[in-house]
Amino acid sequence: MSSVLYDAPGPRAKRRNVLLSILFFVLLALLLWWLWEKMDDKNQLEWALWEPFTTSQAWTTYLLPGLADTMKAAALSMIIALPLGAFLGISRMSDHRWVRVPAGAVVEFFRAIPVLLLMLFANELYVRSSDISSEDRPMYAVVTGLVLYNASVLAEVVRAGILALPKGQTEAAFAIGLRKGQTMTSILLPQAVTAMLPAIVSQLVVIVKDTALGGVMLGFTELLNARSTLAANYANVVPSFIVVALIFIVVNFILTSFASWLEGRLRRSKRGTGAVLAPDDVEDNPAAIPGSYGTGQAV
Amino acid sequence: MFDFLEGYDVLAAFWLTIKLTVFSAVGSLVWGTMLAAMRVSPVPLMRGFGTAYVNIVRNIPLTVIIVFTSLGLADIFGMTMGASHDFNLQGFRLAVLGLVAYTAAFVCESIRSGINTVPLGQAEAARAIGLSFSQTLRLVILPQAFRSVIGPLTNVLIALTKNTTVAAAIGVAEAAFLMKEMIENEAQTLAIGAVFALGFVVLTLPTGLLLGWLGKRLAVKR
Repeated sequence: MSSVLYDAPGPRAKRRNVLLSILFFVLLALLLWWLWEKMDDKNQLEWALWEPFTTSQAWTTYLLPGLADTMKAAALSMIIALPLGAFLGISRMSDHRWVRVPAGAVVEFFRAIPVLLLMLFANELYVRSSDISSEDRPMYAVVTGLVLYNASVLAEVVRAGILALPKGQTEAAFAIGLRKGQTMTSILLPQAVTAMLPAIVSQLVVIVKDTALGGVMLGFTELLNARSTLAANYANVVPSFIVVALIFIVVNFILTSFASWLEGRLRRSKRGTGAVLAPDDVEDNPAAIPGSYGTGQAV
Repeated sequence: MFDFLEGYDVLAAFWLTIKLTVFSAVGSLVWGTMLAAMRVSPVPLMRGFGTAYVNIVRNIPLTVIIVFTSLGLADIFGMTMGASHDFNLQGFRLAVLGLVAYTAAFVCESIRSGINTVPLGQAEAARAIGLSFSQTLRLVILPQAFRSVIGPLTNVLIALTKNTTVAAAIGVAEAAFLMKEMIENEAQTLAIGAVFALGFVVLTLPTGLLLGWLGKRLAVKR
């Protein structure tokens, strides 16, 4: 691996690296051994605690329905947030001040407040002024909170996606006599959506992770909530946490890999303008988007 | 009009939010920098550990981590964080621990991406004019890397501020916890929501504007 930080190692550096490797390996092994001892100490390694996960009952009654609810809330939020985000993002680029400024204010506002606050607020609003059954309410509240937050994040993604397109696209559209609206809907947006796909998929990871908030704070029956019912039944708190964390890791890892595969594919493709919005372009670096100082997201 | 605020200490709740943010920010900056150092180090095993840590922690919801610190670390493993009789302090420290473990992964990625923005040619040019390894690092690479890291780190800090609300899940009496209590007991749903939303806008927006401006100003133009 070549890096800006160091040269290809010579004989001395190689010796030092081997020595450091051994030292680090010993430290790591000690840490793992200590963790194992701790687990053993508190009887967390007993097979009786892990055994439920080999039975189909734990999966069909608790984990899989929980995972299904997590995915349902995440998918619904994304589907509703996308058009809303596109609308806000395009409004923010309008030539008219009275459209641009309010859209910008809405986006900045919802990005600045925690998604948990939005969920709690939506939940209370539904309690007081709607007749949604108390069974469905947590789901509605979670989706509402996630939609409000993610629509404003996606608005920035859409804006960045459109700005990432070469200027020639707009100029050519104007040159053949298209109007502003036509340029947006038939030239810029279709290309931007392709460029945005990786960023959208990786935003899905953030949504999946945020659904867990609703499980603890609102009693939404998603995966983390299902875990506590499971642990109450089998009295295996630590193993259940480990299994649930693993499920989240696998689901999110698949989504992340899919996003980077999409990105690579789009970058390689001969068609199109070659404009791609990598997940990181928006997550880590809103400064890359002209006119945005960013209010931080995606973490 | 604001009589619904009576009997609730909103400022104290936000003060706890700020304290959570500051402690977690310092902790995750230290741990995140160490992780980043591992991820760019010439020792393959360290690189592997850094990569594994970041990829695992980033994909677990923060809520899972925070709830685990309370139900797992404290209740099962007896990790009381030196505050076994003060439940509030224990919850606070556990929340900071969870936030540090989680946020450090994002700090690490920000720092690493900052280092990666320095072109290879800079190091090659530095060596070509005869600078030693430590001079190259000290005079050429790190100054450029630090400057381009400010922007991404600002975003992590703001996200951290918002993420402190997750501590409400283990009963830390910060802003979101108080809001839940107030909104359930008082009639003015909208006003309460507005007060807390405003609180967070006041906390996050100026930080974002100030540090974002600073990051842009200091970034090396290429």
